[in-house]
Amino acid sequence: MTDLRERAPAKVPTEKGKNALSLYRHLALMLLGAVVILALSYALPPFRNYQLATVGAYLCVTAGLTVLTGLNGQLSLGHGALMAVGAYTLAMTQNKLAGQGQWTLLVAVLAAIVVTTAVGAVVGLAAARLRGPYLAGLTLAVAVVVPAIASTFDTTFNSDQGLSVSVDPPPLALGYDFPYERWQAWLAWAGALVTLLFLANLVRSRFGRNLTAVRDDEAAARLAGINVARTQVMAFVVSAACAGLGGALIAVLSQSVSPGAFPLTLSLFLLMAIVIGGLGSLAGALWGAVLLVVLPATTHSLTDSFDVSAAVAQRLEGNLPLAIFGVVLIVVMLAFPGGIASLKKFLPNAKKLLPKRKA
Amino acid sequence: MRHIAKLAVVALLLTTAACTSDDGGGSSGGGSGNTPGVTDTEILIGTHMPLTGPAAAGYSKIAPASKAYFDYVNANGGVHGRKINYKVMDDTYNPATTQQVVRELVLQDKVFAIFNGLGTPTHTGVLDFLKTNRVPDLFVSSGSRSWDQPQKYPGTFGFNPDYTVEGKILGTYVKTTWAGKKTCFLGQDDDFGRDSLIGFEKGLGAPVAAKQTYVTSNPNVGPQIGAFKAAGCEVVMLGTIPGFTALSLGTAAKIGYKPQFVVSNVGADPTTLTRTLGAAAPALLEGVVADNYLPLNTDDGNPWIQLFKKVNAEHNGNAEFDNLIVYGMSGAYLLVQALQAAGKDLTREGIIEAVQKNGFTGGPGLAPLRYSKDDHSGYGGMRLTKITGGKAAYFGPTYETDEKDGPVQEYAQQPATPPANGIPAAS
Repeated sequence: MTDLRERAPAKVPTEKGKNALSLYRHLALMLLGAVVILALSYALPPFRNYQLATVGAYLCVTAGLTVLTGLNGQLSLGHGALMAVGAYTLAMTQNKLAGQGQWTLLVAVLAAIVVTTAVGAVVGLAAARLRGPYLAGLTLAVAVVVPAIASTFDTTFNSDQGLSVSVDPPPLALGYDFPYERWQAWLAWAGALVTLLFLANLVRSRFGRNLTAVRDDEAAARLAGINVARTQVMAFVVSAACAGLGGALIAVLSQSVSPGAFPLTLSLFLLMAIVIGGLGSLAGALWGAVLLVVLPATTHSLTDSFDVSAAVAQRLEGNLPLAIFGVVLIVVMLAFPGGIASLKKFLPNAKKLLPKRKA
Repeated sequence: MRHIAKLAVVALLLTTAACTSDDGGGSSGGGSGNTPGVTDTEILIGTHMPLTGPAAAGYSKIAPASKAYFDYVNANGGVHGRKINYKVMDDTYNPATTQQVVRELVLQDKVFAIFNGLGTPTHTGVLDFLKTNRVPDLFVSSGSRSWDQPQKYPGTFGFNPDYTVEGKILGTYVKTTWAGKKTCFLGQDDDFGRDSLIGFEKGLGAPVAAKQTYVTSNPNVGPQIGAFKAAGCEVVMLGTIPGFTALSLGTAAKIGYKPQFVVSNVGADPTTLTRTLGAAAPALLEGVVADNYLPLNTDDGNPWIQLFKKVNAEHNGNAEFDNLIVYGMSGAYLLVQALQAAGKDLTREGIIEAVQKNGFTGGPGLAPLRYSKDDHSGYGGMRLTKITGGKAAYFGPTYETDEKDGPVQEYAQQPATPPANGIPAAS
């Protein structure tokens, strides 16, 4: 593998060679990511591990969303709802199969991805016919309808209370005292790394180039022989599959699903996160996922540290994260329109530490 | 390639560091001598409460009231020399947020116990988590029957009378008082509403003529109340939280519909309802039948109310004194009783033992507490109230019953008076 990499720039690589090259590169990065996560999961205390796991679950969603919105130019305000589809599918499959061993979780996660992909295809078919605000409106409606569905079919979805998810404890092979939160971090990041590998290769492929071609100029793309509608639907489907996986992982982590976990604000937060992180880049998706977990937590401890009267604290609580998110969005957009991921351009040393082919 | 090599070295170093730190973490976690959240001078207790969101109306006052009572106890020397530190987290009555904040309390803040976590849908989701971490889950602020599963959840104890017990008592009253009237039921679409309906129909001895549900995320009960009017319901039982009790009464008045309302105690505090309903409150609330099991906030002659008002003035910024303040302080009183009973060597097993052993008489409640190895439910009965002139007052005897088919019977024992200093004695 090393030979390939070092020799490659010397001669003009063929299309096939290039693909193989980036595949190896992505595989190596993924392995490296796995090692880092493994190390972190041992270094961090349980609650931080839980937060790490949550970052992993969100990363699946933000990565998929940034491909859809950043690379294909389709705005989705409904990814929270797609996560809900994945989460509910996982809950129902897992509860049906529970107690038969660890493999049921894999089956349930796959089922969640399949069902969400199907739902994504339906939404995507409609979305491919719509542009701009109309597309946002459609996906917004999808996000809004989740609680209504949960309470209309309350015998299946148990309304606002939601369903609990029975998840097996970590396999005994890992030891009797293996911390549950570390296991959760492993599960979530396994999903996240596979998603990243898949997406990183996808955006480097012919399909990836089609995505950006369609985003930049639909007419030109069509003239170049790209099926615009199909590309858009496929982008939505891929993105939905990632959201389904992310939702399923969230359900595994919290051991419950309820409409309250997937409110409209979640969909908005996801979008804000990828914009702040850096639209269209997977590194930006990672930053976004980290922000989604870290910002509410920091603001909470921030409000705790302020010595204000109970009434003021009560009013700040819940609203402050939203305000801070907004302020961060404005500051980042003013200072670095490319998002946090573009920051490393300003830090030449950081660039060396984070190898990335795109300069 | 150089980058990758460099990164690999960094990762390796990280792993080594991680392995060493893990050994340290393992031994401190396994130590049996030190109980999480307990030091020589402090006990850290946590809770999740709807300080904002759809259930905040009224309920947001509970935790500050409990905290005020703890502060009162702390000011008088604490429990076995330890001060109670009460950490309240807002979960906005959203089960997903509850998951997050309870994990933070248990894993990050390392609380000794979760006390009075509020809400059926919210708390249901954290039962398993609390069980796996062996955290005492004391006096849940809800009347779901889920808390009473000593085999499955050995550390969880209820506080409120369960909704089935309440429903049975209210149903029995409706059957004897308004025999032959068409009776209907509106309940929250979760275990709260369902348990309440089960008990209510048991008490009635017949199914209700019409039943409707609502969800807290949709603040509109127009269709439900309209359906009751169309069905000609004469008595309507509400298994609702305060915001939705107010909404139901208001909606009924708006469409000129005047049934006899019977309301679950969790949604019947006149002060909270008046705040929501505004000027029309006295007319809308007139004649509403509900129930309670703690002293009423308007009963100035009651020594418990005098005590709680004093604590409220000294430690709670003299907040408007309603039944939810009484509720918060009564719960806090019970926790102090339990901590006193658990003794100086406070452990998680110890407090669960202590609660299971004690009936905890001598508290403010009218009905009996029956905690034992096989019974983790809260108060075992209640007394009916009626609202006249915007004020609730007790009438008739206190009733007790069980959640199954046991009879509804009178409970004759008179409530206790508080100790002179207002703090339960060590036993």
